Amino acid sequence: MTIEPGARADVPGPRAIRPVVRAARFAIAHTPGLVACGSKPRREVAARGGGEFKTLLAHLRSFEDAVRYPPHQVMLGTLAPDALRDVPRPWHSRPVVGARAHGPAGRMLDEMEFYAWLARADQASLLYFTPEFARALRDVGAPERLQTISASGLAHAVERGGEPLRRAPDEVVGAIVPAHEQDESLAAAVLLENLAAKVTGGLALRDLLDAMSSAASPVDYLIGCGEEAVGDRYQRGGGNLAKAIGELAGAGTAGASDVKSFCAGPLHALLLAGALIASGVYRRVVVVAGGSLAKLGMKYRGHVAAGYPLLEDVIVGCAIEVGPDDGRSPVLRLDAAAVHRVGDGAVPHQMAQVLSAAPLQRIGLRLSDVDRYAVELHNPDITEPAGSGDVPHRNYQMIAALAVQAGEIARAEIDRFIDAHGMPGFSPTQGHIASAVAYLPHAIAGLTEGRLRRVQFVAKGSLFLGRMTNMADGASLLLERNGTPPTKGRPA
Amino acid sequence: MIELRDKLVLALGERDGIPAPAIAACAESAGGQVVYASTQCFV
Repeated sequence: MTIEPGARADVPGPRAIRPVVRAARFAIAHTPGLVACGSKPRREVAARGGGEFKTLLAHLRSFEDAVRYPPHQVMLGTLAPDALRDVPRPWHSRPVVGARAHGPAGRMLDEMEFYAWLARADQASLLYFTPEFARALRDVGAPERLQTISASGLAHAVERGGEPLRRAPDEVVGAIVPAHEQDESLAAAVLLENLAAKVTGGLALRDLLDAMSSAASPVDYLIGCGEEAVGDRYQRGGGNLAKAIGELAGAGTAGASDVKSFCAGPLHALLLAGALIASGVYRRVVVVAGGSLAKLGMKYRGHVAAGYPLLEDVIVGCAIEVGPDDGRSPVLRLDAAAVHRVGDGAVPHQMAQVLSAAPLQRIGLRLSDVDRYAVELHNPDITEPAGSGDVPHRNYQMIAALAVQAGEIARAEIDRFIDAHGMPGFSPTQGHIASAVAYLPHAIAGLTEGRLRRVQFVAKGSLFLGRMTNMADGASLLLERNGTPPTKGRPA
Repeated sequence: MIELRDKLVLALGERDGIPAPAIAACAESAGGQVVYASTQCFV
């Protein structure tokens, strides 16, 4: 069944407020000591034994190396994605000289700071630390009220379902205990994942609020869009981690809820945020997401085989602010937003038609009229050794192929189109973070101070993984430079 | 060219490549019998 793309309700009337995306920030927590808690490492160590754990330890990298890693500097906004074209791969062999742990797009935090924030975020008293580590944490600003535990107590806690907490390489500094002896949704590993998401989302939101502290209005609403599952046995995905994130970040004026669609969550959330602004319901909405602890070390076996360090050692949170037109920030063209619908086809060219070509056609634009496409932006140094290929490139090939089909370019120009409108992947494999929004800080800069006119963000979500459907999902948004002359379909 | 008529087919797809339902549709149109279909997500 095919639904004709373009069939949609009329755009809002003349009094609609134009939403803009004002800022985006990332919080990148470097947590090498927790890599063994990632889903793949955990399973492999359980299956293969202690030798596998030693292999993992041997491939961990330092905070300094993580800071100097070129793709991380791209995430922080100090290096353009295009600059990676001139850096020989593998990129970890070319650390950025003079690299710092912060940039216009956010900051990186080391394990100590991460644990201090984990302690701050621990409302349910789930965390216990050794007395020495508790002292060290207080020195870096952790709250006074840390719970401490003896070595024998730690061993006992782990026996009873607690998850050991490590500082790299292999120092056990504490444990997180289950919140219930029988409820699988409140197992220690689940709670650790959720707390890590809360912390990374909360820090990204804090950073954004600090950067936007001169804003006239308080934050009205938070929309969470991470992939964690917060709940208990009766409501396993109850959710609204956004509200907990808001509490941690001190956003007392905000209401909140979560939007879920696997990796496509953030673009759905931005669409909804834009609609709330356009309708005048709210004046300041922030889309937030914590990172995925489960994805630490996801492709580590490929990295070990290739002699790379373990590249998936960061948990990334984000915060994105949407507000009414300020005359400067890039406009979120709600009339060029698209979502993949139930009746749309799932093969890549159908998805690209629905998500990229059709919404542009609706407003009188061609694929070539978009300066940059932000697609699945996973770092190929992470994915290729694991046999997953270059995911951004595959997505760009599809858009370029559509441009050929539409007669915009010749087949021989596909590579040139990809060079001009695409970019190398650079994002950590943190699911919903890599799905297009990793480029947002660069897009905002390019659409304000730079020379970009239009950027289309395209994300996909693997709904089939939950086994409720065989469908994938997708969403796309168009950001346009403020003040760009109208094309067909622009609301008055 | 693979002859799929009357063959049993395991359709292993990838979201950013060819998803399983599409492989299954092609295989069935060629006369194959799809006994297992699953789409993986490599990221």
